[in-house]
Amino acid sequence: MRILTAIWEIFTNPAFYKLTLTAATPFIFASLGGVFSEITGVVNIALEGIMLMGAFVSIVFTAVTGNPWIGVLFAMFVGLGMAWLHAWASIKWRGNQIVSGTALILLAQGVTGFLMEPIFGRPGQTDIVGKIPELRIPLFMKNSFLAQSIGELSPMIYIAFGCVALAWFIIYKTKLGLRMRAVGENPEAADTLGVNVYMIRYFGVLMSGIMASLGGAFLSVGEVGNFRELMTGGRGFIALAAMILGNWNPIGAMWASLLFGFSEAFANQLQSSPILHVASSSKPLFNMFPFIVTLIVIAGFIGKTRSPAADGVPYEK
Amino acid sequence: MNSKVWAFVVPIVSVIIALLISSVVILLIGQNPIVAYTALFKGAFGSKLAIASVIIKTTPLILTGLAVGFGFRAGLFNIGAEGQMVIGAMVATAFAINVAWMPAVFAIPLTMVVGMVAGAGYAAISGFLKAKTGAHEVVTTIMLNWIAEYLSSYVVTVPMGVGFGTPKSPEIASSAKLPPLMTVQATELTSGIIVAVIAAIVIYIVLEKTTKGYELKGTGFNPYAAEYGGVKISQNVVLAMAISGALAGLAGTLEVMGVHHRFLGTLSGGKGFDGISIALIGQNNPIGIIFAALLMGSLRTGSNEMQFAGVPKHIILIVQAVIIFLVAADRIVRTMLIRKKKVKPS
Repeated sequence: MRILTAIWEIFTNPAFYKLTLTAATPFIFASLGGVFSEITGVVNIALEGIMLMGAFVSIVFTAVTGNPWIGVLFAMFVGLGMAWLHAWASIKWRGNQIVSGTALILLAQGVTGFLMEPIFGRPGQTDIVGKIPELRIPLFMKNSFLAQSIGELSPMIYIAFGCVALAWFIIYKTKLGLRMRAVGENPEAADTLGVNVYMIRYFGVLMSGIMASLGGAFLSVGEVGNFRELMTGGRGFIALAAMILGNWNPIGAMWASLLFGFSEAFANQLQSSPILHVASSSKPLFNMFPFIVTLIVIAGFIGKTRSPAADGVPYEK
Repeated sequence: MNSKVWAFVVPIVSVIIALLISSVVILLIGQNPIVAYTALFKGAFGSKLAIASVIIKTTPLILTGLAVGFGFRAGLFNIGAEGQMVIGAMVATAFAINVAWMPAVFAIPLTMVVGMVAGAGYAAISGFLKAKTGAHEVVTTIMLNWIAEYLSSYVVTVPMGVGFGTPKSPEIASSAKLPPLMTVQATELTSGIIVAVIAAIVIYIVLEKTTKGYELKGTGFNPYAAEYGGVKISQNVVLAMAISGALAGLAGTLEVMGVHHRFLGTLSGGKGFDGISIALIGQNNPIGIIFAALLMGSLRTGSNEMQFAGVPKHIILIVQAVIIFLVAADRIVRTMLIRKKKVKPS
């Protein structure tokens, strides 16, 4: 029964809800990136690599300028550059999209690892460089449950939810969004109607670069204020799963991201629970939790989702 | 040029371009690329010990390359070689610890079979989910990789853990150890390389000379046509995934039997992920994969020496990334070589 008490403690702790939102935010950004790219028909598994690069670049430029927001801005530029490489290989040269994505992941791991020493003087992990301060919302009663859970959040969390709304609006309420979906479903037909398939696809992939780099930047300057080697730890791939689970829809991807954020926060809280006294040697078992949840969810719900028809298929005029 | 020639030319040109681009990166951090590459070459081929190390590093890479390449041929993208390798090694170790009573003629092949079955079973989960629910194998194998990694780091500390320092399992029974081919200084050159090369030949024969291989290739090439031709797609997806996983599991098992003689939490060290690059550079051809694995094995071995020359070994990841990128978009290379002449889509 100790475990039930521990779970009750977690759910009644306001910090848990803040942790859930914090854990979900990188997934939200990156899964939106996935939606933007795949809705136009380009698979982008490079999200993981773009995130890693975003996390690194934002810390580098925060260290240089002292302003984490400038760090975020540069992360977006570099994310754009990586996405452009992917777009160039997979749209212009009609390369295999998964293979090109794999190359970009390796590239990000190589470049971030390679530049650690010359820039920060040591491998592994940088010092605390600086992070974006949390935003206090004064509306709530001081020390109320709500104030303790969501009264003080990173502004990037609000930006993430803003991006969800923006993505939904672009994709479902604008002419551009209609064209994006048309290109992802039937590029030949779109082409016949005078839509520039290549241009639309470039737009989708480039947007995915911006979004994924924001997700990475949140991990470093948004959350902890430093960079660790390989700090994305598979989150880009979980974001892909969130996108699939969310049926290639920004709102769906947001809910799926929240689910994964919830399971990550839950696993973290459970292993550090003072009631359970989890031995440090058994902690890896708790770290498996979000991945098992993803696997079960993907296996159980996938029947209800459908990818854009031309997803992953290079278009040739 | 015909496609057979291109299959050689594209990877070779990609390697050269990758080395050139990496030279620029090395120059940017103020080092001399010629010094770096000389160290790389010396580190890989400069001594008997270096060559032995290359062969030791190449052995698992051949198998993970085969695992990914075989999956590709059947239309599956197995990113999970990493996890399958770990699970294969882990289960094989659990078995091999307890076979002291068995003579080596039984213990050695049985341990290999156990490791292969474990890898196959783990991969088959993804195959099964794809066949049953349509869950994409890229996502499921990645999840299984993480689960395997955390599981192994638990297993080497609690149920199997012995001693202090690095988490590790007890040593396997000596009857299950692979006899070394030769000993260079303190390094034993594992006979696992022979097993890996035989595996490549077997996979070549299965793919090129058997009906099942033809069916699997057909499934990969055009699933609709294959289904129309009476091929049971879902069955083949599970089977192809299982064979792919068995190869990755064997990679892990040979590491235990021939190199470490025990299970270590850090055993895979990205070798499963390298399998993707190797399969691509080898153009998914088992014989090509042997050479691609040798290339990657020598880059990895030589990179240690390069680090002594002051160049971080992460540069090898960048080399690898550029090679894969150019192999993915092989039209870039083709166009560069042909110049202006319109490239026909392959």
